Amino acid sequence: MAALINVPAKAKRGDVIEIRALTSHIMETGFRHTADGKLVPRDIITSFTCRYNGTEIFRADLFPAIAANPYLSFFTVAKESGKFEFEWIGDNGYSSTASASITVE
Amino acid sequence: MPTTRRQFLNLAGGVTVAGTIPIVTLRPLHATPAMLNNAIRNVVGEAQIRTGRVKLDIPPLVENGNTVPMTVSVASPMTADEYVKSIHVFNEKNPQPNIGNFYLTPSSGRAQISTRIRLADTQKVVAIARLSDDTLRQVAADVVVTLAACTEEMN
Repeated sequence: MAALINVPAKAKRGDVIEIRALTSHIMETGFRHTADGKLVPRDIITSFTCRYNGTEIFRADLFPAIAANPYLSFFTVAKESGKFEFEWIGDNGYSSTASASITVE
Repeated sequence: MPTTRRQFLNLAGGVTVAGTIPIVTLRPLHATPAMLNNAIRNVVGEAQIRTGRVKLDIPPLVENGNTVPMTVSVASPMTADEYVKSIHVFNEKNPQPNIGNFYLTPSSGRAQISTRIRLADTQKVVAIARLSDDTLRQVAADVVVTLAACTEEMN
């Protein structure tokens, strides 16, 4: 699945940086019906995690009230050069990952 | 005795009211304020929740409840001694009262998160922050929704 990650390529040590992550997912609520009355089963992302050089820096539990193609923005302190890893986990065994690098001076 | 207009209307009104009650009880399509309170207590526990320090940025009037931008920020120095552990967001009238739980660390630097949410009706949105000393802070905002999300039919 396609993910859109926005992390600054460069930062000064100690800067607070914004990280934005968007992934494509229907986020089917499980509360909708088809025109002939059948309930559409729930299919959502339930968990998002961001790790910075292996350490978890942000985690979120998501519910059906999160809009389709879930977008999350959060902050972290730029401590060292390295890699951000993003992981989305959801219903029906859904799992997807993405990563981004940063150079800290 | 001929039925007067007033009697007829009373009777018709009574039938309508009686007729709608079973439908309402059979289909609790929306969360109620009691469910909101239960959901909050399930997530944050029984501790007292005070107001202040939390800011919830959400448009007061939205045309489309399918995607409503929302930002929660908490006034906190975000040091190892004093930081925000988590931010929890709830709604009053969607089919389910939870929106999201967001877990921060002292190295978050700034206690602020943004996302896009669904709102099925005109309602109240509540954001609660758990601080590092385990005290709770909350803020609520009212949002008027003209086109609802979640429960419409699929085409």
